[in-house]
Amino acid sequence: MIEFDFGAVLAEWPLLLRGLAWTVGLTVIAVPLGLLIATLGAWARACGSTALRRGVGVYVELLRNTPFIVQLFFVFFGLPALGVKLSPEAASLIAMTLNLGAYGTEILRAGIQAAPKGQWEAAQSLALGPTQVFTRVILPPAFKRVWPAMTSQIVIVMLGTAVCGQISTEELSYAANLIHSRNFRAFEATFVALAIYLALSLITRRLLLWAGPKWFFGSGRRP
Amino acid sequence: MIEFTLWDILRNLALALRWTVALSLIAFIGGGLVGGTLLCLRIGLGPKTQRVIGAYVAIFQGTPLLMQLFLAYFGVSLLGIDVSAWTAASLALTLYTSAYLVEIWRGCVEAVPRGQWEAARSLAMSFGEQLRHVILPQAARLAIAPTVGFLVQVIKGTALASVIGFVELTKAGGMIANASFKPFLVFGCVALFYFVLCFPVSLAAQHLERKQHGRTA
Repeated sequence: MIEFDFGAVLAEWPLLLRGLAWTVGLTVIAVPLGLLIATLGAWARACGSTALRRGVGVYVELLRNTPFIVQLFFVFFGLPALGVKLSPEAASLIAMTLNLGAYGTEILRAGIQAAPKGQWEAAQSLALGPTQVFTRVILPPAFKRVWPAMTSQIVIVMLGTAVCGQISTEELSYAANLIHSRNFRAFEATFVALAIYLALSLITRRLLLWAGPKWFFGSGRRP
Repeated sequence: MIEFTLWDILRNLALALRWTVALSLIAFIGGGLVGGTLLCLRIGLGPKTQRVIGAYVAIFQGTPLLMQLFLAYFGVSLLGIDVSAWTAASLALTLYTSAYLVEIWRGCVEAVPRGQWEAARSLAMSFGEQLRHVILPQAARLAIAPTVGFLVQVIKGTALASVIGFVELTKAGGMIANASFKPFLVFGCVALFYFVLCFPVSLAAQHLERKQHGRTA
């Protein structure tokens, strides 16, 4: 008969809470940075020179076709060989940001491509500069169009933090492993962490789908 | 101490690549079978089954694959079965793949116009016949491009099996990096191997998608 003891895991709640804080914290910092890269990348792919477009294309395809864990190991273990020494947290942030940047670029590009050609022309005919056309006319509706896909990607990046425990970033999965090594309740510790991740991803998805249109682009009024 | 030349590194990584490919195939085929079964249940049975399968999908999409692997690893051992990394990785990746595939395929079935069901029913076809002769052939054509695209996710997902001790490309890379003291070179090569494996699949998916849009437009 298998006996479960979830109490032994839940008794370590300060550790779990700390891990949760790291998971959320890393995500909260990496997501805006990643979206910034995505915006720049999408701009480069829509308006940049051929060389720039190609360069961004290489970045996007390289990151989209390799596993996150390998990217993380490359940043954390590989870069010090070039003299760049990083803390686990910094390496995690860099890997997460670059990863979201690449996926975000591709997602946003689809949203920009869906913009009718007439909108570009109408904006240009109002004597707006290329940057103005992009940031004022093209970008907000593009973001709106792809926001559900972007939300999914943000949730995936947040769940990706579980991998960062492998380079000893003290996030949630790291906390679960720590608890397991203290009380040998491996299954229960993993199960509890899994439940927290599930709640976190459901809440994050709801929050982003609600906050995006309300604060970032919708509402009709633009600054 | 043994010196690692670039050739040694590449050769060992290429040998480990087999296991990445093997695990990807297991996950994809197993996931396809489980996903297909779940899809049929979802279409054929009532709203209760739909809700259960919906929850199944939400759980696998809402939790990290790494933790799913851990859970399979520790869960199977609770049942008293001797767990090799093979068993746990195959189980976890199969379930993970099935959850995504059932969702992708459901979308394709729903994309078949409602009238097709009704037309088939008006020809006095039974439910199974409607599905087999009318709906699934159309849905399958829609499903090819996203399914191939998802294969890339599966290949990348196998990298996480390294964490529970499955020696595939990523794990081998880590071991070689430790032994050779050349992490930059080794992980660079590992990334390149994954890229060589995944990029053609990505291109194929894009190509199929474009072809499909060309047909419907």
